[in-house]
Amino acid sequence: MLKGRHLVDPQDFSIQELESIFELTQEIINKPEDFNSICHGKILSTLFYEPSTRTRFSFEAAMLRLGGGVIGFSEPGSSSVAKGESLSDTLRTVAAYADIIAMRHPNEGAPKHGIQYCPVPLINGGDGGHQHPTQTLTDLFTILESKGRLDNLTIGCCGDLKFGRTVHSLIKAMSRYENVKFILVSPKELQVPDYIRSEILEQRKIEFQEVERLEEVIDQMDILYMTRVQKERFFNEADYVRLKDSYIVDNEKLKDAKEDLAILHPLPRVNEIAVEVDQDPRAWYFRQVKNGMFVRMGLILKLLGVK
Amino acid sequence: MLNITSIKKGLVIDHIRPGMGLKIFEYLKLGKADFTVALIMNASSNKMGKKDIIKIEDVINVDYAMLGFLDANITVNVIENEVITEKINLSLPERVQDIIKCKNPRCITTVERDITHKFVLIDKDKGIYKCEYCDHIYSWEG
Repeated sequence: MLKGRHLVDPQDFSIQELESIFELTQEIINKPEDFNSICHGKILSTLFYEPSTRTRFSFEAAMLRLGGGVIGFSEPGSSSVAKGESLSDTLRTVAAYADIIAMRHPNEGAPKHGIQYCPVPLINGGDGGHQHPTQTLTDLFTILESKGRLDNLTIGCCGDLKFGRTVHSLIKAMSRYENVKFILVSPKELQVPDYIRSEILEQRKIEFQEVERLEEVIDQMDILYMTRVQKERFFNEADYVRLKDSYIVDNEKLKDAKEDLAILHPLPRVNEIAVEVDQDPRAWYFRQVKNGMFVRMGLILKLLGVK
Repeated sequence: MLNITSIKKGLVIDHIRPGMGLKIFEYLKLGKADFTVALIMNASSNKMGKKDIIKIEDVINVDYAMLGFLDANITVNVIENEVITEKINLSLPERVQDIIKCKNPRCITTVERDITHKFVLIDKDKGIYKCEYCDHIYSWEG
């Protein structure tokens, strides 16, 4: 039962609960007109303590397509937060107005703290470099759609694996399925954090390798999950410039890849996927963006208990 | 050799890792005690080479879980009539609250007022904890 629950970490929901969201998502994709007023009278609040047009639009479009309303802020400067209000007080207040809340916060663990004070479902829309569970639902749904399964897969993650929270969430979520292997491709400076390695991969005895060059391992992958080297995650400009072009997928690299590889990317991309790849049938990232909205529609319906 | 006389009734916190004694002394707020207390630093030890010891001439309530977190190798001797009546071996607690702070500069605990600092034990052998909010690893080695 997902009604009234929060979503902070991709592992908050069981595999069966995720399946139920994905089934509903597929129903929405198949027949969106059946759902376009199902949330009439319901309000989603989007609390974005740091800017993210894409994720916020995705949440808001999801609620609007369900016939509900949206209130919120897109940067804390225009809210009571600027006056020094604590997160717990903001959530208690907003929960008095809204039926469900989606929050993005620059501080890691903010939603874990917030749910203690939030009587309505709180969805983590990203907390610092930590978790981004709705992106994970999107990724899982897109993997399911492209491969027809979530087990027996070799998943390549490439780029900024240290600060890229989408990768952390994806590894956590996919490590629950049978016979999933990871190939982690990044510069040494941007490898996955220790807790992912020790607590998830090693503790659960999941096969993984860490390599520096994509072209050496691309032929083994069923999924290639690309990430952007984000400028704002670096402490200095010089490191960013030195590393940003290290890992780029283009047609040349794809020559060695499997015919049925699926390339995913949380977007926005800068140059880590060459534009020429967009025409390749293995490019799934724009489909993935649309799936993000549909999955959020499914999630909202489940947490509100409407479906 | 410095001699501290034995106590009649109270606690002897023994086998404290050298350098940790003062931290435990402060944690137990013994600086404000109105009974006799002794903090012995760098005492020689067959087992450890050097160790810190705290002697407390009173029976005070000690949170052994928290003491175990500060140093799991500690033994606590309960003294009655100048003899040891109980020896308590400590272990690492599963959870600790408001003893340490998360070292992750991006953690919510660094900005939110009145937040409880919570950690959970994830590796008993290595003494590794993680912040319950941001999952950041905490160990004494840093």
